[in-house]
Amino acid sequence: MRLSRLARGILGAVTGVILLVIYLPLMVVLVNSFSTSTSLVWPPPGLTLEWWGRAFQSEGALEAVLTSVQIALIATLVSLVLGTLISLALQRFAFFGREAVSLLVILPIALPGIITGIALNNAFRTILGVQLSIATVIVAHATFCIVTVFNNVIARLRRLGTSYEEASADLGAGLWTTFRLVTFPQLRSALLAGGLLAFALSFDEIIVTTFTAGAGVKTLPIWILDNLFRPSQAPIVNVIAVVLVLVSIVPIYIAQRIAGAEKVSR
Amino acid sequence: MTVDTASPGQRIPVPPHRDTLARRGSISLSRHPRLRLTLMLSAPLLWLGLIYIVALAALLITALWTVDSFTGTITRSWTLDNIITVVTGSLYQTVTVRTVGVALLVTLIDILVALPIAFFMAKVASPRWQRILVIAVLMPLWASYLVKAYAWRSVLSQNGIFEWLVAPFGGETPGYGLPATVITLAYLWLPYVILPVYAGLERVPDSLLEASGDLGGKTWATLRLVVLPMIWPAIIAGSIFSFSLSLGDYITVNIVGGANQMLGNLVYTNVGAANNLPLAAAIALIPIVIIFGYLAVVRRTGALENL
Repeated sequence: MRLSRLARGILGAVTGVILLVIYLPLMVVLVNSFSTSTSLVWPPPGLTLEWWGRAFQSEGALEAVLTSVQIALIATLVSLVLGTLISLALQRFAFFGREAVSLLVILPIALPGIITGIALNNAFRTILGVQLSIATVIVAHATFCIVTVFNNVIARLRRLGTSYEEASADLGAGLWTTFRLVTFPQLRSALLAGGLLAFALSFDEIIVTTFTAGAGVKTLPIWILDNLFRPSQAPIVNVIAVVLVLVSIVPIYIAQRIAGAEKVSR
Repeated sequence: MTVDTASPGQRIPVPPHRDTLARRGSISLSRHPRLRLTLMLSAPLLWLGLIYIVALAALLITALWTVDSFTGTITRSWTLDNIITVVTGSLYQTVTVRTVGVALLVTLIDILVALPIAFFMAKVASPRWQRILVIAVLMPLWASYLVKAYAWRSVLSQNGIFEWLVAPFGGETPGYGLPATVITLAYLWLPYVILPVYAGLERVPDSLLEASGDLGGKTWATLRLVVLPMIWPAIIAGSIFSFSLSLGDYITVNIVGGANQMLGNLVYTNVGAANNLPLAAAIALIPIVIIFGYLAVVRRTGALENL
């Protein structure tokens, strides 16, 4: 198959249009963060920097960002450990119930968030008798983040094969030494990619969070939902969204650089 | 300063391994792969099993209980009433059909949009552009889900940019309702569909496409007979995301859906305002059954390895 110049051009144009539609709402958010109007009027009647100034002084928002980062970091760490263990087990061993285990890993993400949410809410409160708190949010988030780590690591393990590990063992290295010096370095970028996705997933999660967060726990999405429909706060929400998108360029770029450097050919 | 140089012919003896506890443990572990497997699996399985499976099972059991209408507490007497209400109630049937319809439409739109852009990214763009495009597709994922849904509320409002763009051509905004819900959900889950399809297309070697061309395959024939079967699992994998995420959504429909309700709204009001967890659990069974059915159908395609 050789694509004609015309076909390439059309594909390129379609891609351009899709990207335009993807970025149109984000542009609206950006412009609205400078708008003097607090309702959704287009084009904006005037421009102001007031919201940007107020956003950086909004204690509620800053605290919510810190809470979300804290939750996302711990949930990501837990899912990195559990996801790596489970993908090593599934890739390197054949055992009875292997398929059931792999289904079990994807289930928390394949089932809609509201189901995971009320199931965990019910389990925490009525079965375990645990008070909802920040810890219950972390447990819930880690549960559905495992799958992103698992997917990245198992794909890498499939490609790697076991010859390096066998060579290491033949040369006298113990299991732990082999993992530390041979397996782990080869998994590092897959772990980074999986961890990054897990972090993003946890950071933006609202539905499961709503059902598992204690009364005092305000993650950023919960804070945003509280303030989205308040006319005096909605523009501040826009500012925070813009800042998040800008900040996200850094980790995505790093992950892409690492993935690009490792790619051999297509 | 002394430099330790071994003259040729004179070998440095390999020091004997110290007989430490760690070493013995390592040796016995490598001799017993079953033990190794058990140790590796126990932590994640305990986590997923104890937390998730127990929670799901408890939810199913709760669906068989009732709420005392006076005290508002859950009575642990076994009854099928909730399930019967959900299966036969016309409200639940209407909402189920609406929700599944929305989820299917969203999935279809996402796949149709994802295919050309993923193909361009994987097979046409130069490596440099490939990287830029992946970043461009990934970046919106970091803008909050709520903010994006709210942005669409802004875009589609009566004074919004959509109206402003199409008014000169005699068009008007669809306003808030089911079309707006479908548009917004399709927008929100699009990256989750593009990424697996792109990854699937990247795994199709260029040489196969060339071989098909050399053997006389026209573009469409190659796409249909060579590319599509290879990326089918990836498409299904993407569809699991968009379908399942749409099936449980209740926030987007609140923001742009007008007065329409989806299954998620029914569950949410019964957990919260109506304080009827058993009925909420019974309603939640509908998406659980649908998703399990979907997973069972697509399991054979190998899509679950492509998530």
